[in-house]
Amino acid sequence: MIRTTPFHERLAPLNRTGLWQHWSGHLAAVKYQMDDKFEYFAVRNAAGIIDTSPLYKYRITGHDAEAFLAGVLTRDIRACRDGQAQYTLWCDDSGHIVEDGVVFRFSNDHFLLTSAEPNLAWFSDRIGRQRVLIEDVSAQYGSLALQGPRSRGILAGLDDSVGGLGFFHHGPAKIGGAAVNVSRTGYTGDLGYEVWVEADDANAVFDAIVDASAGQGVIPVGMSALLMLRIEAGLVLIDVDFHSSRFAYTDEERTTPIELGFGWMLKDVATTDRAFIGRDAIRRELADGTSRWRMVGLKVDWQDWDRRYRAEGIIPPKDEHPIVWEMMLYDDDMERVGYTTSFMYSPALQRHIAMARVRPHLARPGSRVHLEVTINHRYQTVACEVARPPLFNPARKTASATPAIASAITSAGASA
Amino acid sequence: MTASRTYDAIVIGGGHNGLVNGAYLAKSGLRTLILERRHLVGGAAITEELMPGFHFTTFSYAVSLLRPDIIHELDLVKHGYFPLLMPHSFAPADDGGHITLSKDRNLTIQEISRHSRRDADAYDQYGHDMAQIVQALKPLFDSVPPNLFSGQAEDALALADLAKHLKGLPQRVLHNIVRLLTGSAADFLDDYFEGELLKGLLSSSGIIGTKVGPRSQGSGVVLLFHNMGEQDGVFGNWGFHKGGNGGLTQVLARAAQAYGAEIKLEAAVSQVLTTNGRTTGVVLADGTELHAPVVVSALDPRRTFLELVEPRELPEDLVENIQRYKFQGTSSKVNFALDGLPEFPGLDGTQFRGFTNIAPSMDYLERAFDEAKYGWYSSKPYLDCCIQSTIDPDMAPAGKHVMSCFTHYTPYKLKGGDWDTERDNLGDTVQRRLEELFPGFSKLVLRREVVTPLDIERTVGLSEGNIFAGELMSPQLYFFRPAPGWNQYRTPIHGYYQCGSGTHPGGCVTGGPGRLASQQIVSDLARSGPAAGAAAGG
Repeated sequence: MIRTTPFHERLAPLNRTGLWQHWSGHLAAVKYQMDDKFEYFAVRNAAGIIDTSPLYKYRITGHDAEAFLAGVLTRDIRACRDGQAQYTLWCDDSGHIVEDGVVFRFSNDHFLLTSAEPNLAWFSDRIGRQRVLIEDVSAQYGSLALQGPRSRGILAGLDDSVGGLGFFHHGPAKIGGAAVNVSRTGYTGDLGYEVWVEADDANAVFDAIVDASAGQGVIPVGMSALLMLRIEAGLVLIDVDFHSSRFAYTDEERTTPIELGFGWMLKDVATTDRAFIGRDAIRRELADGTSRWRMVGLKVDWQDWDRRYRAEGIIPPKDEHPIVWEMMLYDDDMERVGYTTSFMYSPALQRHIAMARVRPHLARPGSRVHLEVTINHRYQTVACEVARPPLFNPARKTASATPAIASAITSAGASA
Repeated sequence: MTASRTYDAIVIGGGHNGLVNGAYLAKSGLRTLILERRHLVGGAAITEELMPGFHFTTFSYAVSLLRPDIIHELDLVKHGYFPLLMPHSFAPADDGGHITLSKDRNLTIQEISRHSRRDADAYDQYGHDMAQIVQALKPLFDSVPPNLFSGQAEDALALADLAKHLKGLPQRVLHNIVRLLTGSAADFLDDYFEGELLKGLLSSSGIIGTKVGPRSQGSGVVLLFHNMGEQDGVFGNWGFHKGGNGGLTQVLARAAQAYGAEIKLEAAVSQVLTTNGRTTGVVLADGTELHAPVVVSALDPRRTFLELVEPRELPEDLVENIQRYKFQGTSSKVNFALDGLPEFPGLDGTQFRGFTNIAPSMDYLERAFDEAKYGWYSSKPYLDCCIQSTIDPDMAPAGKHVMSCFTHYTPYKLKGGDWDTERDNLGDTVQRRLEELFPGFSKLVLRREVVTPLDIERTVGLSEGNIFAGELMSPQLYFFRPAPGWNQYRTPIHGYYQCGSGTHPGGCVTGGPGRLASQQIVSDLARSGPAAGAAAGG
């Protein structure tokens, strides 16, 4: 039986389309209005409400909780302070990625880890003799994301403490009379928060946020728009931009953290005394230079795109709906040098963009590759420039609170 | 103030075309100065906070026609370019009827079918035909038109290319183009549609800013013009720039400055300096002289040729053509600050997210035009309303709104009256009309601002308040904009160029004139220095 999230009672009447998809066994709105592009715009220009409750949530407690996570997670949890969160990965012994998620640190013996797929067995099997308890608390909590430039003002109006939260910080707050935890995290690459609530408090919290948002252009946002936002933000998605090493059949399907662009998590990997799963393989990869790929951003040459379609008598398509299957990439000699994993037309950047894997020698920003497309049923290539993700990266995403809505009129920051 | 400072190029007028032109010139390496008469750049594309928290798009109010090349060539996204798509076009009728077109095709088909099943797929056909027309004309829109009268080899070649392009078009497309260039919007639309409300909505694009009715020959080209734009690759789609059209011109100013252009505000130019048929710079109203071998006027043709320079320095036929170039501004704006969203019986308010088109039928528009023909403003005017705060919440305080109402027809020259006397009466006329359609509207009004053609002329400097810097009619387009033989941005004075909306591709916020003029200037400089146009034959 498909389940519903704690916010379903409130969100279901707002879905004017009747379209739902399954997300980890739960109903999730594809879009709330037929034109999902306007949900995208709400996040980029006001704020959007996104029900992210179907995420798996694991509470990790016990005397050895920190040591345990330091040993299983790729990124060093010891560098995360209480009240902070980390985007992190976990790998297998061969240094391939199992999955990614966000870990919230409350204290050295209390963490919450989120993931897209179930991971209870994988983590539990690795506890050994450590004093650690892992509980699946997925059903106990709902999470509601409020993402977009207006999110801070709205939530800070409900609880002052939210206004001071730094990027990837979290803390307790009171919203709609309920005790909640608010984190400055999200999947949109914009200023935004996620509110973690006890399932029974979901309606009260939802109502409070909707009331506080009135008249500010805030609307619920479905999965379709969320997947546009995350590509601009350069945030990877399992089974799209990478596959879990656990369930891959060949190493071609597997990816390493370095290959997926997470070298920044591993700056000290050569010297650290932290023994974590996959460390030695990652060291070998770095020492021997065996990385096969680098995840990069691509900016499609706008004029080349238009020219090639027009020459074929076709109006150049500019569709914001992502293409999440592989499109091949070539170098100047027409050698195959990579492929896109997520591709879309970005309304904010006014051009097609992609998340892609290229051979490491082409990963430098400014490198040129050629994207294969079919126009009138014939293969053609369009020039692209390699760029460092995220391609959309407004200052407000990580900036601390500024007085009122200063310069709201002129702040549409984007790094192109 | 340094009177002796010299520049490579001086651009007169900091409207969107002046900014685009200055940005391109600076990008090409020229030391460029942009002079703006007012305290802010933008010309007729400005946003003003006339009441705390309420941001008004005083004049132009939406975007679609800005040339896509400019967005990329000037790297505008980096400077904040952010067009917000409009979800709807809503047309209410006095009998409680209404039609709302959405960006979602299926919703639109359902909605049109409510009025006429026949019109549903006719709407798709219309959209497809129009897209083919636009695609065929886009290369002409985005390039310097040939000069029919120069006798130069390159113009002959360009003409041959043009003929080849037109000959290559499918018969139906070429015929449709001619029908639109020469005919009326009504004749064109009548071939597709039967629903009066839909025809009222669509034919409105054929009269915007122009002294024609939907049944006048000449409204076809205005209809075509308003479909030449695009938003995210969809022709004819309109959007609202973040922060209004003033937000857009601020982006253009930042881009120009990033390329090294200098912008000087409150610097009205009184005269363009000329010596022996060459320009040497400009004189400001305060007497300051600024020198440059290239001077570009972004002002309208009347000011460019008859006011900034001495007409006696120009060929007689050019002077005569500019004197008879039609301005006859016919549009006004009435802008409101509202205490809440207006209500239309039976609808939930979301229909206001976009244009609200007050023209329930073609007859309505034609009658509104009748009064203008005889020298007065419409007693039931055509209104193109836009509650921009429903698209961009930063335009008004939470729960409050700003509403821009483009108002047509309001002729510049009133017979037996004047705008200083009629200004408030026009405001009352518009407000009364809105009250008829949206009961309780007047109670929402916190502030009203009426901008007549006279106000447009006084504030922005557009002659006779014509929003396109001269009527968009075939005798004033392409080969003939602004005058036969002078359609390539040059003037008879060496180094003196024109880049305003009075040149090709014309009015609306296209930036096309600014961009194409810059190409002409840069290529002239690369060849032999600042140039004058070839002598016009006619």
